[in-house]
Amino acid sequence: MDLHALTIKSAAGKLNSGEITSVELTKSILDRIKKVDPRVGAYITVCEKEALEMAEASDKRRKSGKTLSEIDGIPIAVKDLYLTKGILTTAASKILEDFIPPYESTVTQKLWEAGAVLIGKTNLDQFAMGSSTETSAYKTATEFDSTTRNPWDLERIPGGSSGGSAAAVAAGLCIAAIGTDTGGSIRQPAHLCSITGLKPTYGRVSRYGIMAMASSLDQAGPMTKTVEDAAILLKYMSGHDKHDSTSSEKEVPKYNNGLKTKVEGLKLGVPKEFLGAGLDPEVKKIVEDAIKEYKKMGAEIVDVSLPMAKYALAVYYILMPVEVSSNLARYDGIRFGHSAIKTGMDGEFPNSESRMSLEDVYSISRAEGFGAEAKRRIMLGSYVSSAGYADAYYKQALKVRALIKEEFDKVFEGVDLLIAPVAPSPAFKFGEKTDDPLAMYLSDVLTVPVNPAGLPAMSLPAGFTKDNLPVGLQLIGPMWGEQAILDAGHAFQQVTEHHKAKPKL
Amino acid sequence: MNFVLDSATIYSLKVIIFLVTMPKLSKEEIAHIAKLSRLKLTDEEVARYSDQLSDVLEYVGQLGEVETDNVPPLNNVTGLSNVYVEDKVETSGITAEDIAKNAPEFKDGTFVVPGVFE
Repeated sequence: MDLHALTIKSAAGKLNSGEITSVELTKSILDRIKKVDPRVGAYITVCEKEALEMAEASDKRRKSGKTLSEIDGIPIAVKDLYLTKGILTTAASKILEDFIPPYESTVTQKLWEAGAVLIGKTNLDQFAMGSSTETSAYKTATEFDSTTRNPWDLERIPGGSSGGSAAAVAAGLCIAAIGTDTGGSIRQPAHLCSITGLKPTYGRVSRYGIMAMASSLDQAGPMTKTVEDAAILLKYMSGHDKHDSTSSEKEVPKYNNGLKTKVEGLKLGVPKEFLGAGLDPEVKKIVEDAIKEYKKMGAEIVDVSLPMAKYALAVYYILMPVEVSSNLARYDGIRFGHSAIKTGMDGEFPNSESRMSLEDVYSISRAEGFGAEAKRRIMLGSYVSSAGYADAYYKQALKVRALIKEEFDKVFEGVDLLIAPVAPSPAFKFGEKTDDPLAMYLSDVLTVPVNPAGLPAMSLPAGFTKDNLPVGLQLIGPMWGEQAILDAGHAFQQVTEHHKAKPKL
Repeated sequence: MNFVLDSATIYSLKVIIFLVTMPKLSKEEIAHIAKLSRLKLTDEEVARYSDQLSDVLEYVGQLGEVETDNVPPLNNVTGLSNVYVEDKVETSGITAEDIAKNAPEFKDGTFVVPGVFE
């Protein structure tokens, strides 16, 4: 039996019946990582010792009838943006290549308290900035000396920024994973790697201990093999946190209890702007077929329009860099991270006459440690929020943000959910967009509108192109609409088999 | 459409005119931004970023065409405000050893940094 192919649900069943132990499950995943990950490169750090200790502890608990939860003993992969106490956390950047966090993020703390097992830290675009995992400073696919590769076609990108987590789930290198989504970073890699990825409502999940990219847009979420697994993991990730003042006190529903398998009466809005020009024809056909499937299941398909959505990418590429320039100011070489204090200026410090100034420590540490994309976004953010430009760019973007949210809220008065593609195309080849940052940004155009509005959205497998490249389907909900999204997604997975397909590795 | 030259309209016009006449970022402007961002750039980087950032700025400049008179800026989608934490002292569980592990230079529980004053 291929243990690595189990879902959270099926693995929990076998653990509870005694058919397998968590140590067996964890060992089988660790073995597969050794065999397969040199080619896929999902992981920056594999936590073999910690994983086996946690698995043993889980088996002990289960033997004495003290199982903690539905995810007790389940191996989970964690995007290397979440602080894990005592375990190297890099944000895929050289500026943190030796960083050992002194505390744990709230989300991972909740998972470990529920008994889950940490398999390792997955690769990502540096500081979550990117849509391909190509901006990572780490060559995790050691056989190719490259960043993470798409398990469905090793010549193509896995998406980003949560590319490592998506690849790990798709390639059976974990049972489930967690990622973050600021402009599509869970949904887009989920689409390119044929897995399920959910970005919850802003405020549903605590951001404490997750390295901040854009504080008003970031959300943590599950990346799993099925919608049901996403519902289970979301339940354990969610909840109010006093350390995150943007987290909501709203009660956390038991998302996976009584997941609907039918969609009669569900009003699905199809935003015409999301199915327009620029969409790869195969992507369009697969999404249209999925809409037909929902219609067959009894959903009511309603044509809607979101004319403001076309400005969302511009809003995002103003607001996000501004928040990035503020959030990345802490990487200054003083308290942690790569530091010119250690490496010195021309080898002379601190006793030389020509010693470094404080400003040199900042500018050199940051210039040496950050990748090009991080520098670009910091500078873009500094510029559009600086005196003389803030009104025209930053303030205007905040106003357009209000209009985008208002438009979504109005549309949701008439429909329950929106259905749309996740990205204009399937996985592209490495290097295709790295010379043209703007072209890379444009690939986010269908995921980005949701984040400034704080809405929940999920990507789930909808089919494959003739080159056997995955294509996902996006379900967007109103604020706090996670349950409706999970219900609709679960129903789709009862009548389709796309999510069961596995890449040949 | 009623064209009234009030302050909101003047603001919008300023935004539109500004964004429409935006020239490409000069090397001096990039150098200024790099200094604001505390990033020491090479000459090659300055030239490359000048092109790339100008492209992005041109793209995001399209927001100038959106009418936003009387639209309040939206910073926070949660609707929350003034979220207070109880004024209670709690230990963090973080030790000086944990911190020292990552510090470039740490002595007697303090960070050693270059002097700020001459």
